[in-house]
Amino acid sequence: MFKAIGKQIHLIWSQLVSLWLVFLHIFNKADTVEYPDEMPYMFPRWRGRIILTRDPDGEERCVACNLCAVACPVDCISLQKTEDESGRWYPEFFRINFSRCIMCGFCEEACPTHAIQLTPDFEMAEYVRQDMVWEKEHMLIEGTGKYHDYNFYKVAGKAIGGKDKGEAQNELPPVDRRSLMP
Amino acid sequence: MFSFEVGSLLNIVLILAVGLGASVMMIWVERRFLGFWSDRLGPNRVGPFGCLQVIADAVKMLMKEDWIPPFSDKFVFVIAPMILPIVMLLSLGVMPFAPNIGIMDLNIGLLWIFAMAGLASYSVMLGGLASNNKFALLGALRGAGQMISYEVFMGISVLGVVILSDSFSLREIVEAQADGWFVFPQFFGFIVFMVAAIAESHRWPFDLPEGESEIISGYNTEYSGMKFGLFMIGEYIGMLVMSLLIPILFFGGWMAPFGLEFGNEIISGLFWMGAKTFFFLLFFVLVRAALVRPRYDQLMNYGWLVMLPLALVNLLITGAVVLYQAG
Repeated sequence: MFKAIGKQIHLIWSQLVSLWLVFLHIFNKADTVEYPDEMPYMFPRWRGRIILTRDPDGEERCVACNLCAVACPVDCISLQKTEDESGRWYPEFFRINFSRCIMCGFCEEACPTHAIQLTPDFEMAEYVRQDMVWEKEHMLIEGTGKYHDYNFYKVAGKAIGGKDKGEAQNELPPVDRRSLMP
Repeated sequence: MFSFEVGSLLNIVLILAVGLGASVMMIWVERRFLGFWSDRLGPNRVGPFGCLQVIADAVKMLMKEDWIPPFSDKFVFVIAPMILPIVMLLSLGVMPFAPNIGIMDLNIGLLWIFAMAGLASYSVMLGGLASNNKFALLGALRGAGQMISYEVFMGISVLGVVILSDSFSLREIVEAQADGWFVFPQFFGFIVFMVAAIAESHRWPFDLPEGESEIISGYNTEYSGMKFGLFMIGEYIGMLVMSLLIPILFFGGWMAPFGLEFGNEIISGLFWMGAKTFFFLLFFVLVRAALVRPRYDQLMNYGWLVMLPLALVNLLITGAVVLYQAG
């Protein structure tokens, strides 16, 4: 009988202890992030809304190589290549369906010119479904994004108007292979 | 008519307004404090500190479809949710809040409250039966068993108080505590009554009739809209009644502790009564935040094998001491 009474006292004691421990939580700071009132700090490498950037000269970086569209696991990117009079490639249209996009960042990894980049913007809700489909004019920003100095046509060997082969940075003039006599 | 005496119109209007308002606001207070105790904020969007949350809840509840299941016993289904708030408000009527504040002074006030608490279990039982739903029936069964068995030693646990104060009238019980609260001579009675009060208002951790994680929502599974709202507000008024009853029976009602009386005795009485009641309301919330629900057989074993013997021994010792002192 004394054993049973001791057990009951132990039970009641443990209930009282848990009451006290829970009561102490009133002095804790709440873990809640008051999101719409206070914006949380978003890390620069956060994979949020996709943008298209320009090179330091203000020209479009995208060369419409389609690597992002190929890398995209949900096929949400579609674009069409075209060319201007100087020989630069650029997309005629560039369309991302954000209702499909899973923010994996594979397009950013695949991009050879740092044109397509993911940003910390995560507030992508829309009232109309069609508004989730973004065109080039919506995504193209006026800056360079995360990579400030990179300019594809300044370092690539491709000849465009105003820049011939061999004139890019760290590039030697092309070798005249007819002069390469042993 | 418009004076501070027991049963005047002013008193009735005041007590009804404050009682209903307090139990409605309790919904917000409870959710807020539950939030604090689980490191959250609780509802804080509607109005200052979220205090208008109740209005938003009420609007939502009134807008909801008030659906009566076609397979239910319609008359009983409609009657059942009304019983709970009505009997809880009736038991609010015999509460002495301060000198001259109260709706009626029955000389059997305590028995009246037990009678009303007994009727309240009909609300749960009939609601569950009339729903014609397995889960509702399970909840009603649990509710019937729990409330009837916990009523037994709830009654026995306060008999010590009745012996000491020599009265069933709540006002006389409070006045008998002028030279010492009954919680000291009746400590075990207080513990048993506290447990029984939580079980009687079927709140956590004794919410087995509702048992969300086991039987969906128990006896009110089929209820929606304002009918569910009546069950809910009835539960909160019941919580208020129990939190009023504990200070009245064991903590000296409106008597100020340590002689901290101030001003008019009615104002001081109302203040201390309110403070004590609020303390126990918060204790109810803390119990909800901290303790887990027992299994049904554990609940029954605990009631009949621990609480009932404890209440009986307490009654026996109190009676013996009173008889010995009487000579």
